[in-house]
Amino acid sequence: MSEKAINEKSRVNLASIRELGIFAAFVIIMVILMILSPNAFARPANLINILKQASINGILATGMMYVIISGGIDLSVGSIVALSGVIAASFAHPGEYPLIVPIVLAIVTGALVGFLNGVGVAYGNIPPFIVTLGTMTIVRGIALIAANGQPVFNVTKEFERLAGGFVFGVIPNLVVYFIVITLILAFILTRTVFGRRVYAIGGNETAAQVSGINVERIKVAVYTLCGFLAGIAGILLASRIISGNPTSGQAYELDAIAAVIIGGVSMSGGAGKWYGTVIGALLIAVISNGLDILNVSSHFQLIIKGLIIIIAVLIDIKGKRKL
Amino acid sequence: MISDYILEMNSIDKSFFKVKVLDAVTLKVKPGEVHALIGENGAGKSTLMKILMGIYQRDNGQVIINGEEVVFRSPHDAITHGVSMIHQELNPILDMEVSENIFLGREIKTTNLGPLSLVNKKEQRLQTRALFSRMGINIDPRALMKNLSVAQRQLVEIVKAISLSARVVIMDEPTSAITDKEIKTLFEQIFKLKAENVAIIYISHKLEEVLQVADRITVLRDGRLICTDEARNLSHDQLISMMVGREIKEIYPKQIVETGPVVLEVKDFCRVGHFQNISFSLRKGEILGIAGLVGAGRSELVESIFGITKPDNGELFVDGRKIKIRHPQTAIQQKIALITEDRKYTGLNLKTSVEHNISIVGLDSLSRFGLINMRKEGEVAESQIKAMRIKVFSRKSAVSSLSGGNQQKVVLAKWLMTKPEIIILDEPTRGIDVGAKRDIYLLIGELARAGKAILMISSEIPELMGLCDRILVLAAGRLTGIIERKDFSQEAIMRLASKFEAANHE
Repeated sequence: MSEKAINEKSRVNLASIRELGIFAAFVIIMVILMILSPNAFARPANLINILKQASINGILATGMMYVIISGGIDLSVGSIVALSGVIAASFAHPGEYPLIVPIVLAIVTGALVGFLNGVGVAYGNIPPFIVTLGTMTIVRGIALIAANGQPVFNVTKEFERLAGGFVFGVIPNLVVYFIVITLILAFILTRTVFGRRVYAIGGNETAAQVSGINVERIKVAVYTLCGFLAGIAGILLASRIISGNPTSGQAYELDAIAAVIIGGVSMSGGAGKWYGTVIGALLIAVISNGLDILNVSSHFQLIIKGLIIIIAVLIDIKGKRKL
Repeated sequence: MISDYILEMNSIDKSFFKVKVLDAVTLKVKPGEVHALIGENGAGKSTLMKILMGIYQRDNGQVIINGEEVVFRSPHDAITHGVSMIHQELNPILDMEVSENIFLGREIKTTNLGPLSLVNKKEQRLQTRALFSRMGINIDPRALMKNLSVAQRQLVEIVKAISLSARVVIMDEPTSAITDKEIKTLFEQIFKLKAENVAIIYISHKLEEVLQVADRITVLRDGRLICTDEARNLSHDQLISMMVGREIKEIYPKQIVETGPVVLEVKDFCRVGHFQNISFSLRKGEILGIAGLVGAGRSELVESIFGITKPDNGELFVDGRKIKIRHPQTAIQQKIALITEDRKYTGLNLKTSVEHNISIVGLDSLSRFGLINMRKEGEVAESQIKAMRIKVFSRKSAVSSLSGGNQQKVVLAKWLMTKPEIIILDEPTRGIDVGAKRDIYLLIGELARAGKAILMISSEIPELMGLCDRILVLAAGRLTGIIERKDFSQEAIMRLASKFEAANHE
């Protein structure tokens, strides 16, 4: 009985104000949009569409969340999306290789860039912002060279179906990937020793090291994971736009960072919840979808999105003071 | 009406979330007196001082300064009324130089262009140098804060408060990180301030020191005023029993334990610039103290033993086997634990819960195939909280919400999870209250009785003399002597500890 009481208390404790805040904001925005546009926005088909729109950013944001919790940042994910998309499309021409080849090559490429980011941060002691700013530019250059500056067209139907297909004819494959990847990574973050160590090095790196944690190895793993997920996102984007475009994925890293921060993950590392990031990614998609439906110009959408990021962080800071 | 008091805080009440933390507390301070404010952590000292500084607002009561009722909305208000505080946790800007820190927020300007004025660094340095020389402090005003020792930073902070021409100076644990010699300098400063009719509110856990320096003493317990009296009417034991609300028969519950074989042997340990040629051995069941002044190389020595830093030379034997420790992981595998000096910097992850802090070192034993058994983790955390008597609402509570003593117990609990055989404690009772100290002393005694070997650094000599079987003394990075329990005396330890004092302060 006492065990139960403790559990219940802790649940109240854990649901910290800022996560409630972002959840409430999400619900309020949903309700407002449903009232403003009952016929278009609130239709089930549109809601599924929102999930689909959130999925690629959601996958990137999940990797970004690991990096930010560990106390870092990764600016290179947008460029990785482009490079892995180009590589995937280049190996997905009809009659050349089985589907597994472009998938594996693109994912390995993403993971490799992430690994190099991690080595630079952990063993080179270079600030993550600088390392990944560098690789962001380098990888973009490689993507442009690999694709000769032009989108890579002519991919197989199978490749196109990766992102374009449906499960049971209604749920887009993209949504399934998003959900499965999120759940696996949420499980790793909350239930495994590795996940706990990611929080530990972000919370207090020196204390983590003194506690016998191999800080360098964890960092390399975290950046590799982020690159790996960016590789997957790259394949999915290439599949969705039916080509590998070396200029795609511009500013995707910023959307991913925005989702993580709106979701209440601390920029200084060590704290944050996976479901916050999911809500962050969904919120971004809901806003652009809703504003599209309401015929708000994309120029104004940028302003609204920016304001929401700032307000989210403001709630975050105020919430912490209250605690 | 002219009052005898420069400061009166009358019947102050304060509640947080309906919990009363101050209940009709009254504190009256005369000009030119040192008024000690003591009590266990959680007694309400900090809250009372934060109300005085305008950081918190009182619920009830009044604050009178120089016969005039005041309401402070921010520390700025307090400072302009001549009240300033030297915080326990120092907050200097480490990349600025000493003089810039002293004049932070009130820079001396060459021109009058508002925020665009140029700072007259030369004049600031000159004035800083004058302040320092007036107080007999030998620090270069141009030195960067980050290159100073903790003790030196504290002196800078004190000078800063004084230079604000304060009439009431609050000193919160001013001696927690400084050496005996520096304490002497601090007391000289305090006496000079008294002579200038400045009132000092002196918060400390070190009762010997309080009795030495204070004119009057106020004791708080559980948010209530227990007593205010002249220091000469009060004894050490009386103060303790008022603080904890019960008699403490013996502060240091030393148990004599039969020692076993040597478990740790250190031979010729050297690290250039920190320590040299250190050799000693530690037995099962033994409590070996390390005494020395701040800067003698004590923490650096144990950090090298634990693999945080690399010694330049020397050998280490665990249970007679020669071991190379290059990373804390190796030390942990060898069943060594290091409870570091600075809880916030190296001991705890303040961003997470008590439970996650306790489990982090022992996670491997709580998991299978990398998956944490969360039920087991919770049970272990609960049992550690109970065993260590950590006062906490729930194991999921943020560790940052705990008092210093309870945080220290969390660090201990975390390391005991690894079932260590050799336990190294670096200043285990620094900045924590009497009750928590006693809990930790009892625990150290129990560990020794259970056959653990304990190596303990402390700057409080009575603590070492109370607990240890032998005391090893370091001075200026060298081992100057090992004293057996039967030969313990404060004088003998101090003599060995200050052996190279002159050479160290060139």
